Amino acid sequence: MASAAVIVTPALADGTLAQVKARGHLVCGVSPGVAGFSLPDSAGEWRGLDVDFCRAVAAAIFDDPKAVRFVPLSSAARFTAVQSGEVDVLARNTTWTLSRDTSAMNFPAITFFDGQGFLVRKARGIGAVKDLDRATVCLQQGTTTELNLADWFRTRGLTYRVVTFANSEQTLGAYESGRCDAYSTDKSSLYGERLRTADPEEHVILDETISKEPFAPAVRQGDDQWRDIVAWTHYAMLDAEEAGIGQANLEAMRKSAPGPDARRILGLEGRYGERLGLTVDWAERIVRHVGNYGEVFSRNVGEGSPLKVPRGLNALWTQGGLHYGPPIR
Amino acid sequence: MTRFVRSTPVPPRPRPPRPGGAFGWLRENLLSGWGNALTTLAILALLAWLLPPVLRFLVVDAVWTGTSGEACRPEVAGRPVGACWAFVADKIGYLVYGSYPVGERWRVNLVFALAALGAGWMLWLDAPRRGLGAVLVFAVLPVVGFVLLAGAPRLGLGSVPTGLWGGMLVTFVVALTGIVAALPLGILLALGRRSRLPVLRYACIGFIEFWRGVPLITVLFMANVMLPLFLPGDLTVDRLVRPLVGIALFASAYMAEVVRGGLQAIPEGQSQAAAALGLTRVQTLRHVVLPQALKVVVPGIVNTLIGLFKDTTLVSIVGIADFIRVLESARADPRWSAPMVPLTAYVFAGLFYFAFCFLMARYAGFIERRLAAGDRAR
Repeated sequence: MASAAVIVTPALADGTLAQVKARGHLVCGVSPGVAGFSLPDSAGEWRGLDVDFCRAVAAAIFDDPKAVRFVPLSSAARFTAVQSGEVDVLARNTTWTLSRDTSAMNFPAITFFDGQGFLVRKARGIGAVKDLDRATVCLQQGTTTELNLADWFRTRGLTYRVVTFANSEQTLGAYESGRCDAYSTDKSSLYGERLRTADPEEHVILDETISKEPFAPAVRQGDDQWRDIVAWTHYAMLDAEEAGIGQANLEAMRKSAPGPDARRILGLEGRYGERLGLTVDWAERIVRHVGNYGEVFSRNVGEGSPLKVPRGLNALWTQGGLHYGPPIR
Repeated sequence: MTRFVRSTPVPPRPRPPRPGGAFGWLRENLLSGWGNALTTLAILALLAWLLPPVLRFLVVDAVWTGTSGEACRPEVAGRPVGACWAFVADKIGYLVYGSYPVGERWRVNLVFALAALGAGWMLWLDAPRRGLGAVLVFAVLPVVGFVLLAGAPRLGLGSVPTGLWGGMLVTFVVALTGIVAALPLGILLALGRRSRLPVLRYACIGFIEFWRGVPLITVLFMANVMLPLFLPGDLTVDRLVRPLVGIALFASAYMAEVVRGGLQAIPEGQSQAAAALGLTRVQTLRHVVLPQALKVVVPGIVNTLIGLFKDTTLVSIVGIADFIRVLESARADPRWSAPMVPLTAYVFAGLFYFAFCFLMARYAGFIERRLAAGDRAR
């Protein structure tokens, strides 16, 4: 029993990529259950945006999106798991902040732009957050939601009242029973909460976002090669979407003579993957097994999922969003 | 001369009927006075008030089939909707096995069957060779179960990392590990605490007081959050094994104190009498002291075990996918987002824990009556 339970990995000096290759699989820390980001389906398979990010890293390294072991981490345990090297990468809808970045971790790239929003009843005729003056807002205790809300309303000279609850069930219940005019939390969760109401059609999520919550994967500080691999896995998915390369048309794109950008992504020109310590076709593997960013977004949280989160800030820069992949060249 | 002594027993006759029949039973037990009658009426009123809505929620209005949360929405079903059992039916595989690979789940079933067989054998008092049942539960099951669940490539069983284990499987693994480790360890610690050797005695006292003095949740946080920071960077201990060890040590400290209570209840004269008969210390313990002591503390032991079974849910806080944790994940599935799904999930969890705890309590009651039969006859 002891031999199976205690695992000695090669010395840390080897670098994370060498360790991962020697081990034969990636170890990825995820959230134990957030709809659209990481959640096991009825068969127990992990699915979600964060899960697909880890599968993309595994696809780039092993050409096999299944070469990942997912470690569900509580929010208390997530950072020590990265710092101690228990997980190679943490993709756990974690907001990138300065204090986290400076505690022996790096956040290579922002994979999802989230922010605090509001769920209100359609019938109330509230069109913008400023209409919430003198409103009652329901939220969950012990989150930064409350602080963000205080900042936002104070700077605009508006008054509001807060009712807090221990968990999301109670918060939603209070909102539904009419105790508050609005329910406020991160927008990515609001879409799931809206689905849980008795009649989702009666409720609407306001367009405005009152805080910045950039979700980024985290890696241990001090391994620049590994940090590059994680960052460029994300950029490859963005660049593939921008170049119009997706899971569906991958073969057709390879055969037709695509433009130089697409040729570099597909590994038909240059040997860019080798500079990362990977193979020439690393980006093609990501797209083939997992898809480009747009496909991953749609499948997990967007139009192709029950959540139907609009692209918004998460659109490519060419479509008015914030996702801007540096060129592969 | 007439003989007055019967030579054959009188044939048994059925018990005379209770005076007044069923009505008499009612009068005696439920209506034997004003206070009693009022209490009966109050309880009947309470049941009449509570039962119909509960039954309506659990059975009448429940939705039994469906492939998504839509089926459990009143506007789709076209009637008021109670429990959404379709959700439990869709998720049951995940709730029982977690992410354990579908093709390998027979191994889990085999372990469940082995555990049920061993427990039944050991706990059924009239079973032949009950000692073998105990060996199965305390020695064979931990080893065979671990090999089956975790896999052994050399035996042709693919390895299944513990990160994939989940649901009721993990709850049972944690509870059984705690029980299987706590009973023998607890007895040894209790004996050690009463030992005449100071080193042994103080070591046992220190161990017991340390583990009783720390909250279980602190132990779990230390195991899963802090321990990785202290270990050398190239050494990792399995995430499931860490809390398992913590829970086993924690439970054995509590068990030790329960057993010590039993040991102290046995009068000193018992050991002295055994010594006078020429029994060795081990024989005295084995045949005289322990059987009597353990009999006294059956309620305490079962109390500890039931507490342990329910405490296993704490591992969900440190990211282990136990039954409660997978239930929470299943509940978060947007495909199954309907107003009644969270309530259904919690009702299901309540029924699950109640069924097992009630079973343990009833079994303990049965054992107590069996063991006490000898005392009553005297």
